[in-house]
Amino acid sequence: MLTHFLKKMLSLIPTLVGISIISFFLIRLIPGDPVLLLVGERGADPEVYMQMKKNLGLDLPIYQQYFHYIGNVFQGDLGTSIVSKRAVTEEFFGRFPATLELGVCAMVFAILIGIPLGVIAAVKRNSPLDYILMGTSLTGYSMPIFWWGLILILIFSVQLGITPVSGRIDVIYDIPHLTGFYLIDTLSPTVINEEGLMPFFSALKHLILPSIAMGTIPLAITARMTRSSMLEVLGEDFIRTAKAKGLSSTQIVIHHALRNALIPIVTVIGLMFGSIITGAILTETIFSWPGIGKWLVASITSRDYPVIQGGLLFIASMIVFINALVDTLYLLINPKLRQ
Amino acid sequence: MLHKSLMTLFVVSLLFSCSKGKSDKSTFVYCSEGSPTAFNPQVITDGTSDNASAQTVYNRLVQFKYGTTDIEPGLATDWEISEDKLIYTFNLRKGVKFHTTNFFTPTREMNADDVLFSVNRMFDASNSYHKVGGGNYEYFNGMDMGGILKEVKKLDDYKVQFVLNKPEAPFLANVAMSFMSVLSKEYADKLEAEGKKENIDNYPVGTGPFVFRNYVKDNLIKFDAFADYWEGAPKISKLVFAITPDASVRYQKLKTGECQFITEPSPTDLPAMRENQDISIVQDAGLNVGYLAMNTEKKPFDNVLVRKAISMALNKANYIDAIYLGNAKVAKNPMPPTIWSYNDEIADTEYNIEKAKELLAKAGYPNGFTSTLWTLPVSRPYNPNGKKMGELMQADLAKIGIQIELISYDWPTYLKKSSAGEHEMLQMGWTGDNGDPDNFLNTLLGCSAVGAGSNYARWCDKDFDKVVNEAKLSTDLAKRTELYKKAQVIFNEKAPWAPVAHSIVFRAMRSNVSGYKIDPLGHDIFKYVELK
Repeated sequence: MLTHFLKKMLSLIPTLVGISIISFFLIRLIPGDPVLLLVGERGADPEVYMQMKKNLGLDLPIYQQYFHYIGNVFQGDLGTSIVSKRAVTEEFFGRFPATLELGVCAMVFAILIGIPLGVIAAVKRNSPLDYILMGTSLTGYSMPIFWWGLILILIFSVQLGITPVSGRIDVIYDIPHLTGFYLIDTLSPTVINEEGLMPFFSALKHLILPSIAMGTIPLAITARMTRSSMLEVLGEDFIRTAKAKGLSSTQIVIHHALRNALIPIVTVIGLMFGSIITGAILTETIFSWPGIGKWLVASITSRDYPVIQGGLLFIASMIVFINALVDTLYLLINPKLRQ
Repeated sequence: MLHKSLMTLFVVSLLFSCSKGKSDKSTFVYCSEGSPTAFNPQVITDGTSDNASAQTVYNRLVQFKYGTTDIEPGLATDWEISEDKLIYTFNLRKGVKFHTTNFFTPTREMNADDVLFSVNRMFDASNSYHKVGGGNYEYFNGMDMGGILKEVKKLDDYKVQFVLNKPEAPFLANVAMSFMSVLSKEYADKLEAEGKKENIDNYPVGTGPFVFRNYVKDNLIKFDAFADYWEGAPKISKLVFAITPDASVRYQKLKTGECQFITEPSPTDLPAMRENQDISIVQDAGLNVGYLAMNTEKKPFDNVLVRKAISMALNKANYIDAIYLGNAKVAKNPMPPTIWSYNDEIADTEYNIEKAKELLAKAGYPNGFTSTLWTLPVSRPYNPNGKKMGELMQADLAKIGIQIELISYDWPTYLKKSSAGEHEMLQMGWTGDNGDPDNFLNTLLGCSAVGAGSNYARWCDKDFDKVVNEAKLSTDLAKRTELYKKAQVIFNEKAPWAPVAHSIVFRAMRSNVSGYKIDPLGHDIFKYVELK
């Protein structure tokens, strides 16, 4: 199984080379000049302008810029942000844990609720409950995240006052940067000694609304996928055999039907996880969540070339890694594939 | 079973026990709109970064009096200007302390070495910090300080001298600007010795009212009040910037009390805010101008009659209602009325379609012509919706036979093409840097600004240029006022732009906040703010 995973990971290399070429040249194809953006409405003297371009290494021919860039990438240097003047890796890893933490929570929410809903809808197919569940999931799927996020804030934060409007933790807490995941860092001995469990619960509370907003579409997809996959499996001969053997319906649904129905569901969940960045862009903006989605959009607007290139490389590697992981999971779920 | 239920109940009650965001009375939470790019006013250009550094951590030799653009002593107690207006000698304030942070403990007070280091980092290419962070000092270069300054000298520990290449009346106003903040040389030397020079732009040490504590990227910036601040310690003990990019979310946070103050409320939320007893709103005329520039290097805009006809055909009062939702003032001059020397005697170009048609006919275009108009692709206080304003302008100009095609590019392309003069007509605007008329009239309309790319009308009028340059060389306020008033008359006669509006700036806060004044330069300043 490990060999399988490592083989999959090998595909990372050509993908990353491809991504580096595409991201490098594509961003430069978009009209716009980072130097002019820096100076804004003020404009710049031609001499000062050329000097600024030179300082950023943007005066070289484009192929030279690429070789310079890729040479540095192989040495682990992804460059420095034009806007913040900080290393891209530092900027990325400062924000990535926030996105990952939110993404994981959103997916946990989607899976924990989506799969049972799908199973119930499949078991009670064509009943009013099925129609209600599938109708709701279709609504959830069609809901614009931006609007949904604001509605959640208005109901739970402003009207009911049970969750915070936005942010990652109450402003009074100072959380040391250990892993960058607040649910973990707030449980570090120093924090617990000083503040007890309150910071942890504060971080958890701040995760509720963004997770729901971000997880709603994956939840709807998971529920619908589970339902159709379950319906297919429930019609199979081995289910009839299980029934004939006198197994309880719970045993049939959970041990026989769901396990077999999981393969396509896992595939879809894996793909959704890879594309969580798209959801992150909107969710992070509404909930002032300090992750990479918002950061990447800002870098595209300001034509911050090193950030866009570096960010895309990281995300591409993450997606390849998750796909490799999902492929390996198949083997765990379905022993037949191991042969 | 009972045990399990009790446990669940306990966890849930803990989870929701402090839902309103715990904060004590002396912690002031400011919901800002974006993340700072750096914490050094020398290397930044945006207002967000300025608020988080220049207005909190740092001071300048002279400063703008709170809520005005008047100059008052800052780190310098007084100054002398030589007769030929070329030498400015500043006497430094004694006993000014730098911040003690968890990354630096100062051993001495602020003195002339700090001033020299701060200026020379930007001015002197051989300074060991000059290249740190790329060596781009957009503001320093943008205000032409490199060209104005000849040298900076230390006369003694508490006396510094700035020698200028030419007399420059706005010089003091330039010194009050954020990029002229005074950094600690002792701290810079320490960083250099440790090989961490780039930290100077991200871990600030200054003499200002608040001490930088930490920054969680895109999330929070925390400051403590500086007890030894030379103007007296601030009345709040902690200042937190909670970065909240979405304006409607900022409003919700203000409602729930998660922030005490929000920047840039959305105009659509203002009526509801006014009805809320817990929220108060402050407003003031912004130091800005939104305008339609006509490229005077291109036909038919080289003809003053055409330009005047266009100005006359625009129903500006209508734009104020439709685009600014009434939160702006019609502009008639190229600078806002809050700036001294604003010429209020000038009558605004009247909105008159018939007269505009006559002018066009006189110019040789009785049937009008076709042209293009570039609409501003970004929302700015001076023009919140360029596209919509473009559509209104298109309809207005059609009435006098000018058929307009609206064009828009993304912001970087827009700046690049318009700086190169590729446009015919375009929407643009400006927010003042230092409250000096020169910062509008010369920066946006002077002949040298054509080459620099900030004169979007590409209008080089010898009379106008002569007047504004003469004003720049004089330090006599009465004479300068007279010259700038004259410059506005020339502008009005030649009409290179159709000035559209000066927008009003809003800020919203909880009712228990007092002591806040809107800064005409657009900064958010909290050193005098109090929580009741």
